[in-house]
Amino acid sequence: MAQTRQAAIGGIHEYPLRVAPGVSAMQIKAASLKAALDDAGLKWSDVDGLYDAGDGEGGGGLGLAAYLGLKPRVIDTTQVGGSSYEFHAAHALRDIAAGRVKVAVTTYGSTAASSRIAIGTGGRGGGGSWQTNMEGPYGSTLISNYAMVKQRHMFQYGTTNEQLAQISVATRKHAMRNPEAVKAMQDLQFVGVNEITVENVLESRMVASPLRLLECCMVSDGGGAAVFVAPEIARDLKKKPVWIIGSGEATKYRENGGDITTSAGAQSGPAAFAQAGVSPSEIDIAMIYDSFTITVATCLEDLGFCKKGEVGSFIGDGHLAFDQPGLTINTDGGGLSSNHPGMRGLFLLLEATRQLRGESTSQVNGAKLAVAHGNGGLLGGTHTGGTIVLAAD
Amino acid sequence: MASRPQPHFPEPDTKPFWDGAKEGELRYQVCPSCNAVNFTPTAHCQKCGGRDLAWKVSKGEGTVYTYSVVMQNRIPGFQELGAYAVAYVDLDEGFRMLTNVMVDGNPLELVKIGQRVRVDFEKQDSGEYPIPVFRPI
Ligand SMILES: [Zn+2]
Repeated sequence: MAQTRQAAIGGIHEYPLRVAPGVSAMQIKAASLKAALDDAGLKWSDVDGLYDAGDGEGGGGLGLAAYLGLKPRVIDTTQVGGSSYEFHAAHALRDIAAGRVKVAVTTYGSTAASSRIAIGTGGRGGGGSWQTNMEGPYGSTLISNYAMVKQRHMFQYGTTNEQLAQISVATRKHAMRNPEAVKAMQDLQFVGVNEITVENVLESRMVASPLRLLECCMVSDGGGAAVFVAPEIARDLKKKPVWIIGSGEATKYRENGGDITTSAGAQSGPAAFAQAGVSPSEIDIAMIYDSFTITVATCLEDLGFCKKGEVGSFIGDGHLAFDQPGLTINTDGGGLSSNHPGMRGLFLLLEATRQLRGESTSQVNGAKLAVAHGNGGLLGGTHTGGTIVLAAD
Repeated sequence: MASRPQPHFPEPDTKPFWDGAKEGELRYQVCPSCNAVNFTPTAHCQKCGGRDLAWKVSKGEGTVYTYSVVMQNRIPGFQELGAYAVAYVDLDEGFRMLTNVMVDGNPLELVKIGQRVRVDFEKQDSGEYPIPVFRPI
């Protein structure tokens, strides 16, 4: 199938601070939207589509439209965890292609760090749902859920800690080149704000076996915005558009006899590549949701960058860094070393856009095709996969 | 005695499972329409939507599919435990359950994928429902 040019990312903004006391999530969303519209050269009143993951207060699109003072013609409050923003891009492509909207926006704001939210180490308390009643009594933390995937992956395929640590090493290398990521690590009081080695990763504290501290994303504040536009708008913007050429959505959950080492990406990835008319081997740069090393490893396999079970040898030579030949990932520093306010799917789209514009702090020369893949929820339990394929103008 | 979080009610999907725990029974469902084993419990069959699921009692024996030893947590009832193993156990009747594998000693050394385990209903200070955990056979 030939590539189509039906919708583009026309403007982006990443909120620069990772520790932002005294600022609300809603304020981060509004400030980011203004900056993203400025980046595109569009006005507040141009917005006619509002996509939201309900991360601020007020019921998603309902409360956000009132707060922003917008009267959009399409309102979409899709909340599927950290991959919500890939879903928003998919829905924007659909709605723009159908002629329903011309300037659609998604925004994100979170004060997870300032609010001291125990995302990774808190449990599923509270209660009274069919899931929490079966999970709450067992002290399963979010990190231990992902760790169970790593444990099984190592058992089933012989994947090693050394191989997986390459993900952390490459990501930190990229982070050290990104001033906002460096400031994030300083503000969040990282023990060592420097490049790291495989040994550093293997010697870091065990949080939930077999996941160690340097394989886990940070908890930060942050946010941002993206502006999705129709082709006739894209032509007149301040910057070159980045085209959304493929999208895929999927969900997965614990199933009796199921394979925990395969994620929803095995469904969303092929769908996105098929729509885009490209194969994984043609992709220059991949922004893969790095909540943990194992998330990246599993999703690389599921998207088809290598066969299931072979990610260890695929990444073991350390080629994931921007200055090495072969596939490059997460050039902003990722969730491991730049920001993770809870749902970092938006940042995958933002950094992929920067790469295809030639604006990254770890630029891959001549990058033409990118994939952004978000994983939302729990990799070893109920989760979603959202895949977006992007092309330079 | 242990003081784990209790299930909360009213919650109609999982109530029969927890009533079973009080009787020392590990209950699961099968669907007479499509023969699926249904777990975690729901009033409908997750394979065919059928609504006439039958409750069965498991022998309580299974195999560790995967696990993680939690070294750091901020969950009331677990912060005091020290390191503990969270696991998916595949019961012999064909259902997979999130649970804990309890060992006397260091779980980092004693819990393994493929290990055979048996259910143990652990009484709780926190409430009337004992929690089904597993121990190596
Ligand atoms: Zn059925």
